[in-house]
Amino acid sequence: MRAGRLLAAIAIAVACSSTALPAAPPPPGASSCSGCHATRAAVDTAVPRLAGRKAADIVAQMQAFKTGERPSTVMGRIAKGFTPAEVEAIAAWYAQQK
Amino acid sequence: MTAPRMSRREFLASGAAAAAAGSALLPAPALAQGAPRVVVVGGGFAGATAARALKQADPRIAVTLVEANRTFTACPFSNLVIGGLRELGSQRFGYDKVAADGIEVAFAVATGVDPQARTVALNTGSSLAYDRLVLAPGIDIRWGALPGYDEPAAATMPHAWKAGEQTLLLRRQLEAMEDGGTVIMSAPANPFRCPPGPYERASLIANFLKTRKPRSKLIVLDAKDQFSKQRLFENAWKELYPDHLEWVGLSQGGKVTSVEPTEMTLVTEFGKHKGAVVNVIPPQKAGHIAEVAGVADRTGWCAIDPVTFESKLVPNIHLMGDAIIAGGMPKSAFSANAQAKVCAAAIARLLAGQQPEEPRLINTCYSVVGPNYGITVAGVYQPVNGVLTDVPGSGGVSPLDAPRSFRAQEALFAEGWFNTITSEVFG
Repeated sequence: MRAGRLLAAIAIAVACSSTALPAAPPPPGASSCSGCHATRAAVDTAVPRLAGRKAADIVAQMQAFKTGERPSTVMGRIAKGFTPAEVEAIAAWYAQQK
Repeated sequence: MTAPRMSRREFLASGAAAAAAGSALLPAPALAQGAPRVVVVGGGFAGATAARALKQADPRIAVTLVEANRTFTACPFSNLVIGGLRELGSQRFGYDKVAADGIEVAFAVATGVDPQARTVALNTGSSLAYDRLVLAPGIDIRWGALPGYDEPAAATMPHAWKAGEQTLLLRRQLEAMEDGGTVIMSAPANPFRCPPGPYERASLIANFLKTRKPRSKLIVLDAKDQFSKQRLFENAWKELYPDHLEWVGLSQGGKVTSVEPTEMTLVTEFGKHKGAVVNVIPPQKAGHIAEVAGVADRTGWCAIDPVTFESKLVPNIHLMGDAIIAGGMPKSAFSANAQAKVCAAAIARLLAGQQPEEPRLINTCYSVVGPNYGITVAGVYQPVNGVLTDVPGSGGVSPLDAPRSFRAQEALFAEGWFNTITSEVFG
């Protein structure tokens, strides 16, 4: 079984070299954000996009939401559910998105 | 190209033209044994999200979305349609963009699942083979669970808990009602789709009565004493609708025990309530195909592993959205969308022989209580001992003492949320 899995992994690695690579998977928590923070620029919403923002900026805003330094509606309640390391991983991932 | 792929093409040629266009965009599978196949049943917030997220996670996965209707009608914001503040057309979405992602969209009804052979039977007579199956069937009404409330009864006393014709029926009944009439709503015991939904609807019906039929009143008969965002709703009702909305909880005799459709009457242990318009929000269960596939348990809902969203009863079948038992996560479109993205990422890893990551999920439920008046509940969740559990110290509801500007901002964000999520799922 294990050998089979290894072969499958190699087959996939070979496949990756000949076709488009899958996008880097989002770190835990990141995929939920796009429920409110639009992926596409054309969406009509007052909520800002996260894609392409500087990671340090996202980290600073999340910290300010968490402490209440920046007033918010839902973001203070959500920011409290993530550790600094988790926020940093999410911010780094969004910084790489377009 | 392998044989299963050809048979799927043949199926599509006979079935769905739009999907055939999508399949032409599929990259040629590089694996000798063919591309892994995932079938997704149900094209709502959960299913359509899962199909697109799977394709995005790994374009080599052959994804087929099975959906009965060519047009999806969204439930979130449909209470605004009932209250005359929005048109149903704004709730409707098609699957063209989903198909354009390279997903094969089959407009058919899944009628059976064979977990051993790993096939899904369709009402067209075709069958689809899968490596992993995703079931996102949403809810079905438990007809007859509330004695007297069967399918014909819904034609006179609409549930409007699946958006579409039922939504319009309830709105037309409210519009046609003479001023001075009594509207009655029955709210079910937990669990059910959209926990704050009955109370958002009550608010928006009260708003309609206040502005259009000021001598009328809404009475909500509830099978519970507690409900989602209760203090926020009750405060808003006192402020906005003191003369137009009365809520009767379980301990005050609010539990409806049977209905009499020909009399437009709801029966409780303490008496009968006759209405000019009656909205029955009935008991619910996971959509029918969950039962057929053997993934629904005795509660009528589906137990899942919170890391992979794989059924605890049948291997290789994944579920999310309103059909599942999701621990602390409510049955909402936001939850369905968030769960579907986690589920898709897990399936992509499993198909690649990798270990799925421990997820973290967010939910935010917006309720519109009146024009420019929104309230929320938010939460962050992680698996703890096999159950999706609130992360300690996070989440909660809008502050009780917030000024009206805060409520207006949440109403604005509610609209932004709807536009954003529907764009991600269908746009």
